[in-house]
Amino acid sequence: MPFSIPQVHAFLNLVREKWGYDFSGYAEASLHRRLRRVAELAHTPSLEKLGKRLQSDPHAFNWFLENFTVNVTEMFRDPEFYACLRKQIFPVLETFPHINIWHAGCSTGEEVYSMAILLQESGLLSRCRIYATDLNPANLEKARAGIVATPMLKEYIQNYRLSGGVEDFTQYYTALYGNAIFQKELREKITFLQHNLVADGVFNEFQLIICRNVFIYFKRNLQEQVLGLFTESLAPLGFLALGTKESILSARIQARFEVASRPMKIYRKKY
Amino acid sequence: MSFSNAAAKMVIMGGSAGSMQPMMLLLSALPATFRAAILLVVHRQRNVHSNLHEILSQHCSTPVREPEDKDPIQAGHIYLAPQNYHLLVETDGNFALEYSEPVCFSRPSIDVTLQGAVWAGVKNLLVVLLSGANTDGAAGIAAVLKAGGQAFIQLPGMAEFPAMPGGALTRNPEASARDIPEISGYLNQFVM
Ligand SMILES: C[S@@+](CC[C@H](N)C(=O)[O-])C[C@H]1O[C@@H](n2cnc3c(N)ncnc32)[C@H](O)[C@@H]1O
Repeated sequence: MPFSIPQVHAFLNLVREKWGYDFSGYAEASLHRRLRRVAELAHTPSLEKLGKRLQSDPHAFNWFLENFTVNVTEMFRDPEFYACLRKQIFPVLETFPHINIWHAGCSTGEEVYSMAILLQESGLLSRCRIYATDLNPANLEKARAGIVATPMLKEYIQNYRLSGGVEDFTQYYTALYGNAIFQKELREKITFLQHNLVADGVFNEFQLIICRNVFIYFKRNLQEQVLGLFTESLAPLGFLALGTKESILSARIQARFEVASRPMKIYRKKY
Repeated sequence: MSFSNAAAKMVIMGGSAGSMQPMMLLLSALPATFRAAILLVVHRQRNVHSNLHEILSQHCSTPVREPEDKDPIQAGHIYLAPQNYHLLVETDGNFALEYSEPVCFSRPSIDVTLQGAVWAGVKNLLVVLLSGANTDGAAGIAAVLKAGGQAFIQLPGMAEFPAMPGGALTRNPEASARDIPEISGYLNQFVM
């Protein structure tokens, strides 16, 4: 059964008051779909019951957060995006004295390790500091471990090749009991931190910010708010990469950027 | 298009393996202008770039576009669900994309779009389900029929891969199984 708008509002208010997470700016179609899914997983027919469950069991809220946020990700998703970074964006980054990179909404880290591999192949990794953040602590824990299941590798290696990668991919990981662990040189360049794009502020200055497939979950107003945070966090002439089906929709923010790649949704801060 | 507007019509056409030919037949037979928004949800490879919208465009007088997140859904247009996202509909009449777990091993999933359209309150909804080798679409059609929409399923015996239309029909015996020329006739009436 679908939940009504007032039921969802009441539930989101409870989550904000009790646990401090504000999901009121999330796009409704997906938000409702996620809440239905979590309620089903919890075998609770109503959001009211789900709310009671979360309050009565101290571990339940973490469980909710893990299942409510969409944690799907892949290595080298949209291979053309990575090809564009390699060909068009890295040569510019190379001219900067510092290269700080922020992956916002990094999920379990597959995107971040893809980036680290690309930077290493371009000879830039040693000059980079990568910060990867997410709302969901369980995602960050998995990301820090730097492990992917070996059955996934076939598709990831295919994506890597499609992105223009020509190296022997096996050099980037050690296989162990059905898992692949990324090499230490890749892992130690990345700092994983919890950061909530809705509530937390600027924490560093960046030459490149990647936030892909997170804006699809936000309504326009929240997108604009978070774009404000990214604008403030970017160094002059720094780059912002969104998902290939996401755009800067606000005219006010558009004025601060020029388009570096229209199809790959890479923008460059003007000053 | 706002879904509170009773005249707003939507067609959702789902296809998987073996659906290209019937889909092209249906699209090429559409009238030059029409009043419904037509959404195509087709299973494709996730990360191997495909220009299916361009290929389909060559077969109809209305260009087929891949919508981006939050694009408005407009009557008289044909939209193809982008690769590797689920395609949803917001109550304000815009598209929403979701990058989440595959459903029936598929992203985009036909079930997700159909259930999403029902959730958004799309009233005048016609589903066309074509050839395919899995069971995507069956649950979505059940939701659409329950909400008062209509569904036309390609006759499984005529489909290159009968599993998907067959599965949908088993689950929804009240849906209409038709051959492509018949579906085309209904479709062309509905969209006007
Ligand atoms: C679909 S995943 C995208 C992962 C990756 N960027 C990609 O494209 O493959 C969306 C991620 O955004 C995170 N997220 C959602 N809301 C957030 C917020 N307010 N602050 C930070 N991260 C958030 C989720 O926890 C999830 O890991």
